[in-house]
Amino acid sequence: MLLKLLRTALVAGAVLCVPFAASAQDLTVGLSANVTSIDPHFHALSPNNNIAGHIFDRLVHQDERQKLTPGLATEWKVLDDTTWEFKLRQGVKFHDGSDFTADDVIASLKRVPWVPNSPSSFALYMRAIKESQIVDPYTIRFTTARPYPLLPVDLANIFIVSRKAEQAPTGDFNSGRATIGTGPYRFVEYLPGDRIVLQRNDNYWGPKPPWPRVTMKLITNDPARVAALLAGDVQIIEAVPTQDISKLKNNANVQLWRIISNRLIYLHVDSFRDQTPLVTDKAGAVLPNNPLKDARVRRALSKAINRPAIVERLMEGEAIPAGDLLPDGFFGASPKLKPEAFDPEGARRLLTEAGYPNGFGLTINGPNDRYVNDEKIVQAIGPMLTRIGIATKVVTEPWATFASKGSAPNYAYSLMLVGWGSGTGETSSPLRSLLSTVRPGFGGSNRGRYSNPKLDAVLDEALATVDDEKREKLLQDAGEIAMNDVAIIPLHYQVNVWATRKGYAYTPRTDENTYAFEVRPAK
Amino acid sequence: MTVFIIRRLMQSAFVLLIMSLLVFVGVFAIGNPVDILIAADADQAERDRAIAALGLDLPLWEQYLVFLKNAAHGDLGKSFVFNQPALQLIVDRMPATLELAFSAMVIAILLGLPLGMYAGFQPHSRTARAIMAGSILGFSLPTFWVGLMMIMVFAVQLGWLPSTGRGATATVLGIKTSLATWDGLAHVLLPAINLALFKLSLVIRLSRAGMRENMLMDYVKFARAKGLSMRRVIFVHVLKNILIPIVTVLGLELGSVIAFSVVTESVFAWPGMGKLIIDSINRLDRPIIVAYLLITVTMFIVINLVVDVLYSVLDPRVRLAEAKA
Amino acid sequence: MASVIERDATTEAALPVETPFRRFVGDFVRSRVAVFGLALLCMILLIAVAAPWISPQNPYDLRQLDILDGRMPPGTASMSGYTFVLGSDDQGRDMLSGIFYGLRISLIVGVMSAAIALVAGSAVGLIAAYFGGRVDSLIMRVVDIQLSFPAILLALILLSILGQGMWKIILALVTVQWAYYARTVRGTALVERRKEYVEAARCLALSHARIVFRHLLPNCLPPLIVVGTVQVAHAIALEATLSFLGIGLPITEPSLGLLIANGFEYLLSGKYWISFFPGIALLLTIVSINLVGDQLRDVLNPRLQH
Repeated sequence: MLLKLLRTALVAGAVLCVPFAASAQDLTVGLSANVTSIDPHFHALSPNNNIAGHIFDRLVHQDERQKLTPGLATEWKVLDDTTWEFKLRQGVKFHDGSDFTADDVIASLKRVPWVPNSPSSFALYMRAIKESQIVDPYTIRFTTARPYPLLPVDLANIFIVSRKAEQAPTGDFNSGRATIGTGPYRFVEYLPGDRIVLQRNDNYWGPKPPWPRVTMKLITNDPARVAALLAGDVQIIEAVPTQDISKLKNNANVQLWRIISNRLIYLHVDSFRDQTPLVTDKAGAVLPNNPLKDARVRRALSKAINRPAIVERLMEGEAIPAGDLLPDGFFGASPKLKPEAFDPEGARRLLTEAGYPNGFGLTINGPNDRYVNDEKIVQAIGPMLTRIGIATKVVTEPWATFASKGSAPNYAYSLMLVGWGSGTGETSSPLRSLLSTVRPGFGGSNRGRYSNPKLDAVLDEALATVDDEKREKLLQDAGEIAMNDVAIIPLHYQVNVWATRKGYAYTPRTDENTYAFEVRPAK
Repeated sequence: MTVFIIRRLMQSAFVLLIMSLLVFVGVFAIGNPVDILIAADADQAERDRAIAALGLDLPLWEQYLVFLKNAAHGDLGKSFVFNQPALQLIVDRMPATLELAFSAMVIAILLGLPLGMYAGFQPHSRTARAIMAGSILGFSLPTFWVGLMMIMVFAVQLGWLPSTGRGATATVLGIKTSLATWDGLAHVLLPAINLALFKLSLVIRLSRAGMRENMLMDYVKFARAKGLSMRRVIFVHVLKNILIPIVTVLGLELGSVIAFSVVTESVFAWPGMGKLIIDSINRLDRPIIVAYLLITVTMFIVINLVVDVLYSVLDPRVRLAEAKA
Repeated sequence: MASVIERDATTEAALPVETPFRRFVGDFVRSRVAVFGLALLCMILLIAVAAPWISPQNPYDLRQLDILDGRMPPGTASMSGYTFVLGSDDQGRDMLSGIFYGLRISLIVGVMSAAIALVAGSAVGLIAAYFGGRVDSLIMRVVDIQLSFPAILLALILLSILGQGMWKIILALVTVQWAYYARTVRGTALVERRKEYVEAARCLALSHARIVFRHLLPNCLPPLIVVGTVQVAHAIALEATLSFLGIGLPITEPSLGLLIANGFEYLLSGKYWISFFPGIALLLTIVSINLVGDQLRDVLNPRLQH
C-alpha cells in the first residue's frame, strides 16, 4: 500500500493536475514567510514590507533591479551637499478619497520613530535627516547633518501613510481602521498566519493592476507551497525550493521566473581575536594563535571550496559563484573581482606557507532555516576543508539560537555561514554593516569583527560623496581592498525563483519581493 | 467532590506559577530575541533602542516580576513581533486548532473503536490482522512525511481536496468555525486525518486489548449464560469497561494532539495555535511562548480534572476521595 | 481473580517441566507472525551492531563524502569505486551505509529513551498509586506539568540549551515521555490495588516492595506494554520530527529520522530514494518492535491465560 502511495505521489509531479478553474478575476499568491503586521512602520521585516508595498507608496520606488524610480515623489535633486528637494506627485488620492500632500509625508516621518514597542524601527532609514521642511504642499526639503548620498535609497524604505493615521497604534492597521494608503491595492482583511486579502484601488495613480481581488496565502513549508501551486490552489509562489526546480521545468502547467538576487551567501571569519574559540589543534585544544588572522589561511579556505560544485549539486544551478559583495551590474560591484578558483593544491601550499603544513581543527557553524539550502552548504564545506588538512566539524542550528550566539556580544563562532541581501542595491550596504570596523553606526553585522583602517577610510569617503560616479569608484575600491584581503569568503549569489501556473507572467525582482500588481496574464 | 476540585485548582495555580518561571528562564537561555528580530543593517544604537523598547534591558528577575504583576491583571504581555496582546493572538488562533484537534479525535474514535473492537473480538481473523498491521503504519511514519504524501495524492493528483490552508468560516454560537461550511470541511479533512493517524492507532490498540481481556472475564460468561445477546453484551457491558482506559488515554492525548498539531499545521499551512507557537519559538517571541504554555497547561489541567471525574463515574471502584491527586 | 493466585501457586511449586521461562517461550512461539517479527528485529539489531564492518562507506567520516557523488540513483558507481546500491543523498552519502548507521542511532535513541522513561515513569506511577494521599498528589501534579508541556516545545527548549547530540536527545525524549508511563501505570494500579488479591497479599504481611513489584506491577503490564511499544516507535518518530524542525542530532551523523527529513525536500522531485529507503527501514524496525511487543503483551497478560 505504501509503495503504491509513494509511486502515485512521485508521478504526481509530472502528471497533469486539476484543470485550472479559478476565476480570471482573482489572484491567489503563495508567500513563503510570515507577515506579522500590516502596520508599515512597526517592524522593518521584508515579508511585512512586501505586503505594505501593495497598500502604501513610498516617495521613491525601486524597480525590479532596485534602480530608483519615482514614487510619490516625481523628482528629487541635491540643492547643496546637505539639502535635498523632493517634488511630490500631484492629484494622488488616498484610499479614503483624501488628497495626498506634503503633510502626509511629514506625518509619516513623525510616526516612524513614534511607533511603540518596535523590535526593529524604520527610524534607521531616517537617521541622516536632520530637518524636514514643507516648501509648498507638493515640495519638501530635507537637510542632512553631513553629505549623505543614500537619502533617496533610504527613503525608498519609508511608507507614506495618511496624516490621519499619525497616532494610530499597530492594531488599527491590522484591523484596517488606519490602513489607508495610496498604493495599488486597498486593505480588505488580515488573518494572522493565514492570509491577507486585498482589493484593487481603481483610482491608483500608476498602471492599473490586472487583478481586482488578491489573496496572499502564507504557506511557509516549502513542499506544501509547491503542492499548492501544482494543485492549482495558488497561481504564483515565491521562493521555489531548488530541489523541485528540475521537475517544475518539465511541467507543462508551470512556468518559472528567475533573476539573480542581491543576496550574497558567504563565510564570516573571525579575523579579530588572537585566540578564537573554535579553532583547535588536532587534539581539540584551542590554538594559542588564531590562524584566521592570516590572510593566507583565509585564502586557503577560500581556495578549498568548490563553488561550482555547490552551485551545481546543492543549488541545482540556481546560484552564481561569487567573488564580490554584489553581482556584476549592481552599484559598486567591481568588474575586477572574480570568484576564487577551486584549487586544493594551492590551498595546501598557502597553509604550509602560513606555518600550518598539517592544518588544524576547525568548527564551521551555520543556520539551518534561514537561507536557501544553508544547512546543506555548510555540510558540504566540511569535507572540502577536511581535504586540505583542516579537520572540520559541522554544526548547524536554527537561526533563533545561531543569531544570538554568533553575534555581538557573544561572538561564539570562528567560521560561520551567513547571508546578506543588499536592500539598497549597492555595495555600501554590506561594506558598512559587514566589513567596516565595529564602531557607532558601522559594523552592525560584522560577526568576524574584521577591521582594516584602509577600508574604513575609503568607505567613509564614499559615504560622503554625493556624486554617483565618484562614489561608485570609491565603493569598488573598498570592495577590492576587502576581497583581496579575504575579509569574508564569498560563496555565491542566490537566484530568486518564482513559479506561476501557465497563463500568468511575473517580472522577477532582485529584492525577493512578490508584488501581485506585477503579475500579469500571459498572452 | 467540591473540596477535591478546589484543592486541585489551587495546586494547579501553583504549578502554573512554577512553569511560567521555568519557561521565562528557558527562553531567555536560548537567545536574545532582538538578534533575530532586528533588521540586518541596524547599528548598535538601533539595537539598544530595540532592547529597551521590548523591555529586555531590565535584569531577568525584574522582567519576571513585571510579567507577574501584569499577569495578575490578566495581561500576559504584548507579542514582540505582532505588537498585540499575546493572549488575544492565541485566543484568535484557538478555534482553528481546536476544530482540527476535535475533528482528529472524532475520526480516531469513530474509526478506531469499531476497528479495534472487531480486532479484539476476532483476534485471529485475517481482517483483524490487517487492522493491526495497518495500525502499526499509523505511528511508524513521521507525520510530516505522511502529510505531504496526502497532499500529493488527494490534492495534487486526484484533486479531490484543497491542498493547504483553512476554508471559509461561519459563525455558530458566537464562534467562528470552518466546520460549519462545506468549504471549511473540505479543508479540514486532510490535516485532521493526518493528525488523527497516531491517535487512531492508539485507539485501535487500546480497544483491541480491552476487548480481548474483557471477553474472557467472568461477567461476560455470566451475561451470556443469562441469555443476553452477544450484541447486547458487547455494546453495553464490554464497551463500558473498554471505555475506561480509552477515556484516560484520550484525555491525555487531547493535550498532545493540540501540541502535536505543530507539525500538521506547518505542513498544511493551517493558521492555528501550533503554527503560532513554532513560529514564535523561531522568533523567540517570549510573551507568546509563555502565554501559550499557560493556556495549554490550564486547558490540560481542566481536561485531567474532567477525566478523573469521568473515571469515577465510569468505574465506581475508583473514588474521588482517594484519587484526590 | 482466583486464576492469578493459582498461577502464583504453580510457579512457586516450580514443576520441573513447566518453568515460567519455558512456558513463556512456548506461549511466545505460538504466533508465527510474532516469531517473524522477532527474527526481523534480531536481524535489524545485528545490522545495527555490525554497521561499521558491513557498510561500504563510513557516512560519518566527512573525508569520505563528496557532493560530486551526490543524488546518485540506486546502482550508480561512486567516484571511489564501490556502488551506491540504494543511491546517495545530496552530500554524496551512500544511502545503504547511511541507513545501517542511522538504524544504530535511531534504535539507541528510541529504545534507550523509552526504556529509561518506562522504568522511571512506572516506578513513579506505582509509588503514587500504592501510597496514595499526599505522595500521590504531589507526584501527579508533577506529571501534569510534564504532560501539559507540549513535547516538541519542551524538547526544543531543552535542546536549545543543551546543544546537539545523541544523549541530549535521549535525555529530552525521556523528559517528555516518562509521565505517560507514570499516569498509565497509576490509572491501572489504582483499580488493581482495590482488588482482593492485593488485600490478600497485605493480609499475608508481604513487604511493600514485594506487593508492588510482584503483584501490582505484573497486572499493570498489559497497558504498559501497549503504551511502551507505541512509545518506542513514537520516540523514533519524535526524533525524526525534531530533525524536521531543525534541532536534535548533528546533521553530519544522521539517524533514520534525519535521513527521511533530509530526503523530504526531494519527495516532489522524483529523487525518491533519499527518503524512501530510510522510510522503509524505519517502517520495518517499528513493525518488528510492535509485532514482538504485541505478542509479549498477550503472553504476559495474566488475564488472558487460561
